Amino acid sequence: MREIDVKEIIPIVRKLCIDANYYIGQDVLDKIREFYEKEESPTAKEVLTILLENYELAANEKMPSCQDTGVAVVFVELGQDVHLVGGDFYESINEGVRRGYKDGYLRKSIVNDPIIDRVNTKDNTPALIYTDIVPGSQIKLTVAPKGGGSENMSEVKMMKAADGIEGVVDFVVDRVSRSGGNPCPPIVVGVGLGGNFEQSALLAKKALLRPLNESHPEEKWAKIEKEILEKVNKLGIGPQGFGGRTTALGVSIMYKPCHIASMPVAVNIQCHAARHKSAVI
Amino acid sequence: MPQTIKLQTPLTDEDISKLSIGDKVLISGTIYTGRDAAHKRLVELIEAGKELPFDIKGQVIYYVGPAPAPPGKPIGSAGPTTSYRMDPYAPALMDVGLKCMIGKGPRNQAVIDSMKKNKAVYLAAIGGAAVVVAKSIKEAQVIAYDDLGTEAIRKLKVEDFPCIVANDIYGNDIYKEGVKEYKIET
Repeated sequence: MREIDVKEIIPIVRKLCIDANYYIGQDVLDKIREFYEKEESPTAKEVLTILLENYELAANEKMPSCQDTGVAVVFVELGQDVHLVGGDFYESINEGVRRGYKDGYLRKSIVNDPIIDRVNTKDNTPALIYTDIVPGSQIKLTVAPKGGGSENMSEVKMMKAADGIEGVVDFVVDRVSRSGGNPCPPIVVGVGLGGNFEQSALLAKKALLRPLNESHPEEKWAKIEKEILEKVNKLGIGPQGFGGRTTALGVSIMYKPCHIASMPVAVNIQCHAARHKSAVI
Repeated sequence: MPQTIKLQTPLTDEDISKLSIGDKVLISGTIYTGRDAAHKRLVELIEAGKELPFDIKGQVIYYVGPAPAPPGKPIGSAGPTTSYRMDPYAPALMDVGLKCMIGKGPRNQAVIDSMKKNKAVYLAAIGGAAVVVAKSIKEAQVIAYDDLGTEAIRKLKVEDFPCIVANDIYGNDIYKEGVKEYKIET
């Protein structure tokens, strides 16, 4: 048993919020450069150049690369041998988010209810927190600020087993096609397959945490990711939707077992700012 | 061939008629910000026959909710938000003189038709290039709806704000034309 005071978590979450928004991952920069070389449209090439310039400026000036600093999505892997003491664990995460968004000059984008009042909570809380209990005595925290523009292009569909892999591929490609220039392409496509209605969506979101230079560890799934990526990049949408070959930088699939009657498919669209930072306590 | 055009606000019909989709535009002068919540209020004022908080004739509205200004800077990161959410309100604003909208992503047919009718244009800023855009903003001042926080209406002074013409007054749409050019049928 290891005791961890929940107050220790506050400065860590604060820093993860700021770092995720200021410093994009090397995997994103590398992928944009890789696609720049293959891109045929002069306008698209120019857009990709501006994006790279923007990421460099954000890091140098210590400013968020995008003004939409997102809802703070926090993934927790909590070791089962950890005993949390000193207060409310989730409140400590929210306090970290509160401080990070204030001290980092990040935008507060949360309203208190979705349709009636829509009053800004002014501190970007509550965070969206997902916890998995895992073996061990450590805590892994991942903060993935998620922008609204790309989230709005996401969808869950309850498909049939008879639709087959082809049906799934067509649905994902169609979802990207219908999104067009809205979600700030080049995008990353997170796909969640199986589980249940709600689990498929969470799988799609978790899939977005995988570094862009990695594909699915199982060959058969890696092949499907590659097939979807190729099809998506034939759509012609291109960076910002102005036309081009670079519509998506990557496709990432996660799957789980599901009910004999079901075949849930979730597509979570991520803009080029595929931001996430992790820390282990 | 796409050209680079410098524009000074407020915009005239002559300025607007020169623009074609794909052209690069560098805007200088005063522009105003507004997102969903502010648009709703503006259109409610128009419907009630009341005066708007700023003179909209020949003006530019930039769809943005900026990040807070860090010390020593006039504004924080300030890239465009997705424009289709303003589609229900945009024609009413063009009918009373709005000449230019800046955002990201395609517009619906009603907005495109209204642009043709009112000689107005839609420019795309680069989504996610929020620090690049912020560098072209020299001053920012909230002029209405302070209670909306980041969604308040701000008056911005900009220099060479970089955009691309997405819809011109001739009914052309970069989101349709660009994709058509690069789509590979399978």
